[in-house]
Amino acid sequence: MKDMHQVGKSPDKIDSLALATGDEKFTDDFTLDDLLFAVLLYSPHAHAQIDGIDCTEALKVPGVVDILTHENVPRVLHSTAGQGYPEPSPYDALLFDKRVRFVGDRVALVAAESESAAREALGKIKVEYRLLEPLFHMEEAMKEGSPRIHADDEHVKIPAIYEPERNLCAEVNITLGDLDRGFNEADFIEEHTYRTQAVSHCAIELHTVKSCFDVRGRLVIISSTQVPFHARRIVSRVLGIPLWMIRVIKPRIGGGFGGKQEVFLEPLAALVTWRHKRPCRIVLTRKEVFISSRTRHAMRIRLKTGVRVDGSISALEMDGLLNSGAYGTHALTVLSNVGAKVLPLFNKIENLRFHGRSVYTNLPVGGAFRGYGASQGYFAFNQQIDMIARRTGQDVREYIKKWHIKEGETSAVFKALGEGKEGVSQTIRSCRLGECIDRGADAIGWKEKRGKRLKTGIDSVRGVGMAVAMQGSGIPKIDMASAYMKMNEDGSFNLFVGATDIGTGSDTILAQIAAEVLQVPVESIIVLSSDTDLTPFDTGAYASSTTYISGAAVKKCAIELRKQIFRTAARMLDRDIEQLSLECGKVVDTRNGKALSFEEIAYHATYFEDQFQIQGHASHTSTQSPPPFIAQFAEVELDLRTGRVAVVKFVSAVDCGQPINPKLVEGQVEGSVLQGLGYALTEDYAFDSNGKMLNPRFWDYKIFTAADTPEMITIIVDSHEDSGPFGAKSVGEIAINGPAPAVANAIFDAAGIRLYELPMTPERVWKKLEESSEG
Amino acid sequence: MKGEFVVNGKRVRCTFSTDVTLLDLLRSEGFTEVKEGCREGQCGCCVVLLEGKLVNSCQVFAASAMGKEITTVKGLGNLHSPHPLQTAFVEAGAVQCGFCTPGMILAAYALLKENPDPNDEEIIQALDGNLCRCTGYVKIIQAVKRGARRMRS
Repeated sequence: MKDMHQVGKSPDKIDSLALATGDEKFTDDFTLDDLLFAVLLYSPHAHAQIDGIDCTEALKVPGVVDILTHENVPRVLHSTAGQGYPEPSPYDALLFDKRVRFVGDRVALVAAESESAAREALGKIKVEYRLLEPLFHMEEAMKEGSPRIHADDEHVKIPAIYEPERNLCAEVNITLGDLDRGFNEADFIEEHTYRTQAVSHCAIELHTVKSCFDVRGRLVIISSTQVPFHARRIVSRVLGIPLWMIRVIKPRIGGGFGGKQEVFLEPLAALVTWRHKRPCRIVLTRKEVFISSRTRHAMRIRLKTGVRVDGSISALEMDGLLNSGAYGTHALTVLSNVGAKVLPLFNKIENLRFHGRSVYTNLPVGGAFRGYGASQGYFAFNQQIDMIARRTGQDVREYIKKWHIKEGETSAVFKALGEGKEGVSQTIRSCRLGECIDRGADAIGWKEKRGKRLKTGIDSVRGVGMAVAMQGSGIPKIDMASAYMKMNEDGSFNLFVGATDIGTGSDTILAQIAAEVLQVPVESIIVLSSDTDLTPFDTGAYASSTTYISGAAVKKCAIELRKQIFRTAARMLDRDIEQLSLECGKVVDTRNGKALSFEEIAYHATYFEDQFQIQGHASHTSTQSPPPFIAQFAEVELDLRTGRVAVVKFVSAVDCGQPINPKLVEGQVEGSVLQGLGYALTEDYAFDSNGKMLNPRFWDYKIFTAADTPEMITIIVDSHEDSGPFGAKSVGEIAINGPAPAVANAIFDAAGIRLYELPMTPERVWKKLEESSEG
Repeated sequence: MKGEFVVNGKRVRCTFSTDVTLLDLLRSEGFTEVKEGCREGQCGCCVVLLEGKLVNSCQVFAASAMGKEITTVKGLGNLHSPHPLQTAFVEAGAVQCGFCTPGMILAAYALLKENPDPNDEEIIQALDGNLCRCTGYVKIIQAVKRGARRMRS
């Protein structure tokens, strides 16, 4: 591979200094005059019919300007999922409905001159609820006689199974080969049921929207969104406002992780502004984020594997039940991904079945969350693999290396299972998982620690465990990104992208990609991203798509500019383009070494002869989604008296193709690992018997702090994906998949107990320890 | 009520209601570098130095800060003349979304004022009141060490 001068380096993230000095602006940092403060009233009941809303007293509170309820807003069924059109999620949501479906469902909005006036008015809205029987357990959702949660006009926009009359929100069913034959051929069966919980994204910036009119009477929405273009489309359709009248601006975003893909506040702020011709602000409180925004879908996964004595898997059956909560956002696609992102990894299994159902319950709404079903699936899969390797007397490292998908291979699952529909066939062109396993194992000290049950105190013992995973790079044949560039007289470039930097550093890596093509320093690329008026379309920050899809669009666009630069230089030098080369901001005549600086070329094009703007644009979609791969290793210390599990060391070795910016790759991995460890050990929604969340605050919902952080090692292995920009794949999600199963496998290594349920709290671990000592 | 305090060396006169928090007052006076993440004193995004001491501004009534000196992250340095800690956070890759960064930097600054050469354990203790969901804290801890080195030299 030729030397690269911008890609593979780690220039500082371009917005980081202004973030560190507090100069960058997040949504709530924009000041708007004459602002209306909007706050929401939430249902205290899990399932109820609203028989009446009396706002008389609330409207008397000084400063209250408007109250929105189901009685005075447009009744347009839609999906808040923030996906491309047509959404694969059901159209089952209204701005406000006569029925409330979970504790935290929206009942009304108060807009007032101050937040305190708005909150005072909230308490004076009298809602007459007629309580309906609630449904909390996903196992009961489809039983005869269970309460129906949706069953009126709700519908799906795509051909998909959707039967709200029996609370079935989505169903996926694929079979490859002959399952019965496969299980008959097995020497033994491993069959286990795994349970994963709902968790909150906990982006530190709260969900925030501001809206106003510009001087031409168009609606401007500033939003903490991962999907500005989808937000524009959804606001337009829900409110009936022409799309051309709406501009969505994404400023700096304080983390998303999938939670800010949901478009559920933008229409409300926009509606207040539309009705009152005044700016409006909505900022959720932390409690509201917990109870009313979105969660990772809780799941029950049954995994059955038929295994021959040599460890080969003769049949695999995965059955997933996904708790979608009260609405169906991402219910089909997350469910699909449980199989689609997990099962191709062991591509030699010929007899395979994946069956999944997503069901409605009266609990908080599931949605997109980093990992997107793969995290749930890999929790089950990696434990099962650990068991099979142990039972057949093999080192799990060697076992995985033998059976995982390799370069030049494919899996029938790629074609059979896509995101909510049939998938796309693909052949793996880059996979360095074997090297990830070897290097990761060395870094954790596998040989010295595995199976040793090293005692570190009278009641503490250590163990190591591992997990592997793959993800994707964008959604093939669905995601689309585009870029526009122009050259300035001094040889600098403006790069306009729809791609949405939510803190990941995508503005920086896209600048690096453009700088690499044009052989200029990264500072010469001035990035403007995610403004629906100023930048071209991009589906947004999700599905691990930005580097691979948006990066490819930027690369194409920069190549177009490079062509124009060469053409101009060729005319200036009176040479053929083939006689020219690019070197550090110059075009060089290879015959005599004469060089033209980009500045000279740009001045020439702008002011002298055949004047034109050097500019270009490009779009990109992909017919494939090359998976990144990862091997992750946990060393845990288990307190045998209390069941407390401390992760002392965590290693990730990742094949993400060519890292565009290794430091940002490490950051994605390290952040994912810690978020994944919270998922593994501490984070959980606790509900009372009425479906009310009991712990909607950081005091009681425990995310990892600096003090909980283990020693962390991140290894980026050499890899190159030919179809990606400069060889890149993706890295935003994959590393969240391994922590839970790696820790579970490490716990088994330490104490011989299996944790099938997340989070692996001291109580659960202690119980298992008790059971095992009794047995 | 009316009052006056000094923010980053500048005198600020303001009118506010008795129950308003220092966080809300600072933000409404334009000090938007002070962030709101939970309003419960748990996330650390809103920390400021009040008379040199690190406090969660969401847990302090504005009235009690009158007549006092407050430092926000902008008081440490700016784009054109950043503080060594701010530069260290940038170079270490400790800034992802950046929402927790002003608070993190102030917490680190408060530590380094007392303890110019902290070990890992001391850094972790000092940052324990500041939540970050992006970085996994690895590069933040590295940044504090890098900043400390720079401030000592």
